[in-house]
Amino acid sequence: MNEDNPFDHDRLRLFKADLHIHTVLSGCAEIEMIPSLILWQAEKKGLNLIAVTDHNACHNAEAVMEAAMGTNIHVLPGMELQSREEVHLLCLFDAVETCKEWQEKVFQKLPPMVNREKLFGPQYVVNAAGEWLWTEERLLATSADMTLEEIVDQVASLGGVTIPAHVDRPSFSLLSNLGLVPEVFSHGPLEVTSFFNPQTGCQQWPQLRNRCLIVNGDAHRLQEIQNRTTFKMTHPLIREMVMAFQGQQGRQVMVEWSKN
Amino acid sequence: MAVISVKTVFEKINLEPISAIAEVRRPVLGGYASDLLSCAMRGAKKDFLWVTLQSHINVVAIASLLNLAGVIITEGNRPAPEVVTQAEKEKVILLLSPANTFSIVGQLTALGIPGE
Repeated sequence: MNEDNPFDHDRLRLFKADLHIHTVLSGCAEIEMIPSLILWQAEKKGLNLIAVTDHNACHNAEAVMEAAMGTNIHVLPGMELQSREEVHLLCLFDAVETCKEWQEKVFQKLPPMVNREKLFGPQYVVNAAGEWLWTEERLLATSADMTLEEIVDQVASLGGVTIPAHVDRPSFSLLSNLGLVPEVFSHGPLEVTSFFNPQTGCQQWPQLRNRCLIVNGDAHRLQEIQNRTTFKMTHPLIREMVMAFQGQQGRQVMVEWSKN
Repeated sequence: MAVISVKTVFEKINLEPISAIAEVRRPVLGGYASDLLSCAMRGAKKDFLWVTLQSHINVVAIASLLNLAGVIITEGNRPAPEVVTQAEKEKVILLLSPANTFSIVGQLTALGIPGE
């Protein structure tokens, strides 16, 4: 990020965002999902805020953050965590150290199973240049033994934010697996897929009416990265995003639906 | 009770096999029902039939991982073509039914297939 003008540090700015992007650490992601190409595609899409969210781990977040230095794209470290209920949740943080601390906790709750590359795909860790460093052998494509409530509480206590992922998907989602939005998510944002149509979607799921919805790509290949969610806030920080989700003090979230 | 094959099961309870037809003579030693994949990973065993309404790609991965006799997908859910292709590749038998899991499990039990 460019240094802010110190006399103008509270100016509201626009951040075009995709907060759900996978890298080659996710077995199901394509091999093209390396830092430089993700940033190249994000720039092409006019994004200046992205989050790296691999399944249950964040080994590649720092590499993308490093590769983004000197660009105008801000990168948030995060992960897409699978809860005990098999619900996918985006966990986003400001600092990579905090995200790593969270990963330590998550790893203690993952079953000690070995990844079968043939079935689930390889889990590569790369550097900022996209060069292979090592391969994560642990199976990441499974549930951590943590409830939704535990996850939300613990992520918040680390200063992060939890957003239920692709709630309109027929699997691994809040609505498909739990049938309703539990109390812990009764306020705050919900992520929908790029296929979601607000008219028909809110008829199908009345519980999504009057909710703050955001669209991300859940990108497993470059072309899936989306540019339809814009934040109006002063800085690309979790606390500012949380204010935007609640529409506080001029912060807001705007979604472009018309591309459906 | 003689061990029955996948073929006997789908003929008797009218399931629609859609992949790995060449494998249908394999034996069925038991059954397991759950829609949570992490539970199926723990509870379903080799040569078991797994009954679920899930139909996405990870179902095939788990069936292959555990070397299951097959997967019965209930409530009329149809897997996407790429899921069927993957099942074919991994020799995973997918069987479809419009009935719900409860009915299917009852019929499997009536055939003498044990749950544990």
